[in-house]
This record gives sequence, structure tokens and C-alpha cells, in this order.
Amino acid sequence: MSEAKLKRVDLIFGEYSNVKYKVLTETMKRSNDEILADLLESGLRGRGGAGFPTAIKWKLTAESPSPEKYVICNADEGEPGTFKDREILTRVPRKVFSGMAICGKVIGAQRGYIYLRGEYRFLLPELMKELDGYNEHAKSIGLDFPIEICLGSGAYICGEESALFESMEGMRGEPRNKPPYPTSFGYMGKPTVINNVETFVNVMMIMRLGAIQFKLLGTRDSRGSKVFSVSGDTPIPGIYELELGMPLERFVDEFGDGDTKAVQVGGASGFCVPRKKFKDTVIGFEGVPTGGSMMLFNSSRSMYHVLHNYLEFFEEESCGQCTPCRVGCQQLRKGIQAVKKGDKQSLYLDQLMKLSESMRLTAKCGLGQSVANSFSSIVYNFKEEMIY
Amino acid sequence: MKNDQTDIKNQINLTIDGIQVSVDEGKTILEAARELNIHVPTLCYHEDLCVAGNCRVCVVEQEKVKSLPASCATPVSEGMVIHTNSMKVRLARKHIVELLLSEHHADCTKCYKNGNCELQSLASQMLTGDHMFLDLVPDQKYTIDMFNTAIIKDDSRCIRCQRCVRTCEELQGVSALGVAYRGNRMKISTFFEHPLFEVVCTNCGQCVNRCPTGALIEKNYIDQVWDAIYDPTKHVVVQTAPAVRIALGEALGMPPGKIVTGKMVAALKRLGFNTVLDTDFTADLTIIEEGHELLSRLKRALVDKDPSVVLPMTTSCSPGWIKFIEHTFPELLGNLSSCKSPQQMFGALVKTYYCQKRKLDAKNVVSVSVMPCTAKKFEANRPEMRSSGYKDVDFVLTTRELGIMIKQAGLDFESLPEEHFDSLMGSSTGAAVIFGTTGGVMEAAIRTVYEVVTGREIPFEGLNITPVRGTEGEVREASLKIEKVKPEWKFLEGVELKCVVANGLAHAKKVMQDVKEGKANYHFIEIMACPGGCLGGGGQPIPTNKDIRTKRKLAIYEEDMGMALRKSHENPDVQLIYKDFLGQPLGHKSHELLHTHYTPRKRY
Repeated sequence: MSEAKLKRVDLIFGEYSNVKYKVLTETMKRSNDEILADLLESGLRGRGGAGFPTAIKWKLTAESPSPEKYVICNADEGEPGTFKDREILTRVPRKVFSGMAICGKVIGAQRGYIYLRGEYRFLLPELMKELDGYNEHAKSIGLDFPIEICLGSGAYICGEESALFESMEGMRGEPRNKPPYPTSFGYMGKPTVINNVETFVNVMMIMRLGAIQFKLLGTRDSRGSKVFSVSGDTPIPGIYELELGMPLERFVDEFGDGDTKAVQVGGASGFCVPRKKFKDTVIGFEGVPTGGSMMLFNSSRSMYHVLHNYLEFFEEESCGQCTPCRVGCQQLRKGIQAVKKGDKQSLYLDQLMKLSESMRLTAKCGLGQSVANSFSSIVYNFKEEMIY
Repeated sequence: MKNDQTDIKNQINLTIDGIQVSVDEGKTILEAARELNIHVPTLCYHEDLCVAGNCRVCVVEQEKVKSLPASCATPVSEGMVIHTNSMKVRLARKHIVELLLSEHHADCTKCYKNGNCELQSLASQMLTGDHMFLDLVPDQKYTIDMFNTAIIKDDSRCIRCQRCVRTCEELQGVSALGVAYRGNRMKISTFFEHPLFEVVCTNCGQCVNRCPTGALIEKNYIDQVWDAIYDPTKHVVVQTAPAVRIALGEALGMPPGKIVTGKMVAALKRLGFNTVLDTDFTADLTIIEEGHELLSRLKRALVDKDPSVVLPMTTSCSPGWIKFIEHTFPELLGNLSSCKSPQQMFGALVKTYYCQKRKLDAKNVVSVSVMPCTAKKFEANRPEMRSSGYKDVDFVLTTRELGIMIKQAGLDFESLPEEHFDSLMGSSTGAAVIFGTTGGVMEAAIRTVYEVVTGREIPFEGLNITPVRGTEGEVREASLKIEKVKPEWKFLEGVELKCVVANGLAHAKKVMQDVKEGKANYHFIEIMACPGGCLGGGGQPIPTNKDIRTKRKLAIYEEDMGMALRKSHENPDVQLIYKDFLGQPLGHKSHELLHTHYTPRKRY
């Protein structure tokens, strides 16, 4: 229990360099191939949760012949239990802008947008001030890549990339059919790189420190560090930047209250890991991936209520266009309620498990597909709490 | 051979259910499967509309891919291996249909679409006997909008496939229907959830044609018509539109494109209508009135240089189009011909001219029309449509409703003998028949106008003015040089008559936008609200698609070619009515009975 503490990292929130936008200015002098090679070498994967290799995403977009391209920073941080992008945008916005501008150079985009979660409207005044500074600096170094902020309106689904594009275009925020992917058909139907806030900061840090330095952190499949939003039954909730690839057991040792029975890794759309699996669970793309949310639950919590709460959330936040997600979420929530009340036999849970699997297979976008993550991991591991 | 190569698309090889197939690049898995005659079930997919990929019923298994892609929305790629009927696929599809049923008010025996519902047939295919999931219907607050005269919208039967939304937006450019709310509350609704009669809905019924369930249906007047038929004090007159005779067969189990004019007349007589007449008669009359209106506008513009004359003149026989222009371009109402639609001309004449001739009291006459259209129901209920002193058309039935009545009466439609329309207002010409297809009114008008002005027949082989024969999904422009005119039409010598034909309101919108911006130098515009014209109308048999509509169109032209008379002014009944009743085109009586005015409406 009293092992060395988890390694704290200070990449993301580290101080700015002493010269304003130094890294950006220097990176602009490098060739696109060099930058892409560095990114590939670093093994950086998207920090939004899905973990797509950033270098490949950029390369695919760069290769598209379209003269019109876009860079979009996904700051629609809606996953329950995640609040790290807010912190990044408050404390180190310049790093985000720099990462976006580097992306713009590499893929040949003319313009960048930050899609800011509607509930983060209060960040706007400060962010706009910083953005003015960036735009001024960009002009001074002859960089033609203006960045604008686009405010969301409070729909969780708009964090899904194609729904985000629709929302930005003034449409109803509904996911599109894929393929085509954003690398060829994104915002306004043009090739678009869309990355999480933290990913852009990571890019910028790789440019500053070099890929080798970055690779020293993390594991083979999960390079670098990650900003975690720690909440729930913990004496020290907050934002922590930690090395990726840590065993969950050590995380719980450090952040738990001594009575942790489960950790929900990755928010409502992530996985629930019960105490007996803490030891064998690695936080990273080889194990349980996360967009940053770590929710700890102690034995005073009813996992039935936790699940019911998540399902209520999904039921309301589904865009409603595809059948498995719109109706499936309602059936799952009402289903566990019926089992709890005794209106349905406990065997009905197996039926619901199969339904959640069908949702994973057939839903149109990540929202409907990932409802099964929390549903099946909670029902499977805490079946008795669902019934009694 | 050499030139062909540019047309050939890249071929993509894939395997579906163990069968190798090679299809054009850009096709979807669903289209590839259909080429192999493998039937993948669908619900939200419709040939006429853009792909939505909403219902997920058409999912298939793709090897090396974790999820099950929707076959309607996924393009084929080289080396793909697809299974359309694997265990995984079957369970997922069953789950999806069960989910749809759980939020669907499935009281099938009480539903108007019972027996003609895509969800119902899918459910029976999948043997969804016992309910797998909880019934969600009682927990939802559903609304039924039945305040409209033409269309009923019942949300409790809606499966949110959004075919109607796509139809309204893509085909019609109206967007009266849209998606509201999110998640479990998501529904298809209107602007601020107003009832349909308060919004921009044109009642065109294209959504009704494409709704897979009973969520959008026409308001039917079957019982009212039966009541009138059974009432011994009433004389019931029925008129049938040109596009009904080439589609009614479909509603009664016959293949598309069959001409059933004679059987339809026989059936109507057997149903008990006292007189069976033909809307074609007033279609011919429309040509005379509208043709003279056009000539008079041209004369006033070219000779009198009257600045108050509005050109181009647009047709006014499509009631969906009328409501559309009233909402969308209220400032262009002056461009509309003041002629009523053939249905309303007919109604006005039945209760005046016909009653007079047949010595009937108009108050005992019930006038019924059979139309390929739902907007006609709205039109008949317009307050200005009472120029006979009574409601000119009492009840409007769609082709579908007539099909139901024929079934109710137990008639074996296919074996009925061919009968003829009754006289006085029952004769027609080929020019009237082609009113049923896009470009038809234009063609009929030109056949007559050209002859009126020059004294010669239009110089096209077989009178077939192919340049104005509209094509679906296209705005067609044509021009016609008028030469060697009669002395009284000297001002038209050498004038190039410019016409344009559009079908589908989305196309109409483009044409009228040009007119509004002064970019269009046309003289005459024909607009039909529905894709393909009336033959693709909102009251026609379901299903509809381009292939079916093409067959109906060929049937219309075949019917035209088969007519002894091909030009409206040769219709003997039309000649008679001018002699005995109306006097002359655009005369006093005509203005009273055959012309109308329009109402500017708001967008919201």
C-alpha cells in the first residue's frame, strides 16, 4: 500500500516559454514532413477517448487535394465527470492555439475553430483576450491562420465529431453516416482535422521537447501523460496530470478513500471496474482507455442508482435519430427499473445485456455504441445490486 | 467503344453471402445486394430520397469490422466480405424491429394503413409474436393532428424514420415538417408544433406517399361519399382526374402503367354514382381559358404596352403549388393565371350548367371528385370555391380511397367491362389526358394557342411536343418561334414564345426565385407540385418510386396517342358549353365561375 506515489507530470500545465509563442514560431520554420515524422515517432493518440493516432489523422487530411481545409478543436467537454479541458483552456490556452496552428500548417488549412461547450460560456472573455493576442502574434510572424470560437448550445451529442460539424453549420446536431470520415468530408464538407483540446497541447509539447522525450512517458501503446479529472468518493478530487499506462490499483491507493468498490473509467460512456479487477487493470489504450474521467465509488453507493443515472443521461442526450440508441436507452433504463421493482424477472437482465450488445453493433455513432460499456460492465459486475 | 471508357466507372469487387459481385464505385452495399436479388430489409431508406441511415434495420455483417454497418449508408469497397443473414445480423435486426414496435402504437386493426404498412410486414416477417421489450407507448405523450382538411398526422404511429422530413425538404423545398427535441422526446413536428393547417404545409401529400406506417395519412371522406350515394334524395356526380386512370390499377393489385379508364368508369357506376364524368372536360376548358388569358396578357404587354400586365404567367392547376406560392412568394401572386383548377371549374359547372341542362336542383346534387392529390381536398374547402352558390366540390377522394371503395363493394376490378363516361361533361381529348404528367399543360396549351394564332397545326410529328415534356428532377426550358400568324395576331409575328416546365416544389422554388430577381425572361411557366406531375401525386397508390412513375407517364402518353381528338379546342362538349352557356373565353360567365383569386399567406 505504501509504494511510491504515482509520477506527477507537468507537461500540459507547465509554464509557457519565456518568449511568447516561441515554439510556434520555431515550428513554423520546420518542414511538414519533419513535423509529421516527429508526431508519428511520439506515438501520440487522440486524448478525447477514442485514441486514434494523431499523426495518421493529420497525414490523411494533409494528403487530400482539396484547397479548403479546416482545423477544429473539440472543446465540447460533455462527458460526465470530465472537466480537464476547461482547466486547460483557462490555464494554458496559448498551447492550444499553437497546436492548432501547427496542425493548420501541416494539413494546409486556412482557418481554425474552437467549438466551446455552451456551458463554458463564462470562459469566453478571457479566451477571447488570449485569442486576440494569438491572432496579433500570428500576423506579426506572417502566419495566416486565424482562429475563431464557436459556441455550442448544450447538447452532449455535439461532442461527437460529425454532429459537431452539423452544429457548426447551423444544422441540428446529429451524427452523420460514416464513411466518409472528417479527413475527407468534415466541416462544410471539406477535409477537417478535429482533435481534443489536450491533443493539441500534446502536439505543441512534442514540438517543444521532441518525440524522444515525450516517449519516455507511458507505455508502448499509450505514450505520454494524460490529464485526469478525479471525482467521486475521494478525499482529493481535482485535476491531475499522470503518466499513462498506470495500474488502476495504484491509482485507487492514492486517490481512493480506503473503501473504493468501483471506479468508472472514462465517464458515463466508459467502463466500470470493480474492486476485484483493480489489480489487473491498466489505464491506457491497452487496457481501459479514458478521456480523462475517473469516478470513484465507495461501498455506500448503490451501483443500481449509478447506472440508472447514466441511462437517464443517455436517454435524454441521444439525438434520437437512430433506433438502437433512441429506443434502446429507454428500454435499458426502464428495464432495470422493472427488474428492481420485481415487474420483470432477473433473467430479463440477460435480455437487456443482449440488447446493449446490439446497440454497440448497430448504433449510428459512438454515443449509442458506448452505452453498452457502462451498462454491461455494471450489470455484469454488480448483478446482485441490480436485482435486490 | 473508345468513348465508352470515360463513362465506365471503376468496378469494385466484393463478396455478398458467398457470391462474388462487381459493382460501380460509389454504390452502397444495399444496392449491390439488390443486384444479386438478395433482399435486405429497409425502413428509412427510400429510392427518391437521400440516405439517412436512421432505422438501422438494414444492418449487415462485414468481415473484419467490429460493428454492423447499415447497408443503405455504406459504400462498397474492394474486397469487402458481407453477410446479410448471419446470426449476429438476425438478432440485431430483430432487436431493432422490436424496439420500433415498443414505441409504436401497434393497434393494427384500427389503423388506416393496416395491410399496407412496411413496419407491419417487417414484423410479420420476423415473427415478433411475443413482446421482447417493455411497451413504451403509454408513457409517451403523443399528439394526433386531425384538424387539417387533407392530411392527418398521428405521432403515436411514427417510427421517426424521417422520410417525411426528407421529402418535405429535398423534393418539395417546403420544410413544413422537421425534427424536434432530442432523445426519448424526439419527434417529427412543425414550426413551434403548430397544427399542419397553420404552417407552410402545402398539403401535397408527398410525405403521405412515403410514410412507411400510418403516421401520415390522407383524411378520408369514404363514409361521407357512401352516405351521399345511399341517400335517395341526392344526385351524386363524380369526376375523375387524368392521372387516376393510369394508377388506380395499382391500388387494386395490377402492375404499374396499366390504363384502366373503362374499368374505372364501370366501377364508379357499380358503386352507385348517378353520373360519371371526366375532369378531362374541364382540363380542355382550362386550356381555352388559360390560353386566351396568356394571349390577352401578351397583347396587353406587347401592343398596349400596359405596365400593369404581369408576365411570365404561371399555371394554376396544382393546388399544392398554389398554397406554396401563397406562402413563399406572396408578391408573385399576380403571375398566377386566374383560372381555377380543372377540379374546381368542374365543380362550379356541375352545380350550374349541368343542373340547368339536366333539370336538377343544385341543392340536391353532391359533387365528388377522384383525384391523385391530397391538396385537392384543401382546395375544395377554400372559402372562395363556392361560385355556384353551393360548395362546388363536396368531397374529394384520392386514387387510394377509390381503390378502397371498390374493394369494399366487392368488385373484381380486373374483370369489369369497359364503359364510357356519361355525356355533357364527359368527353375529353389527348390534350386533357396529358395534364396528368409534368409538361402536359404546357403541351396542351401550345397545341391550342399555336393553332389559334396561326390557323395551322403545331409542326411537331404526331402533335408530340417533346421539347416541353418535362423530366422528373429537372427544370426544362423550351422556346417556340411563332411565324406566319393570322392578321388579328399580327403582334405575335416572329415572337419567340419562351416556356419553362418544373415539377416538384423544390424546382418550382428555383424558377420563381429567378422570376422574383428578374433573371427570367419567360412568357409561360408550368408548375406541378409533385415529382413527375399529377401521376406522382400525393393521393396516388403507395409505394411510389421513379420506376413506377415512369411507367405511369408512358401510360399517359399512350392514352393521349390513342385519343381520336388531341387538341382541347376540338372537344365537342367544350364547343357546346361556349355556345350554350359561357359565351366566349374570358367572358362574363367565365369570370364568375371559372376564375378565382389568391390569398397572400405568411411563412410562419
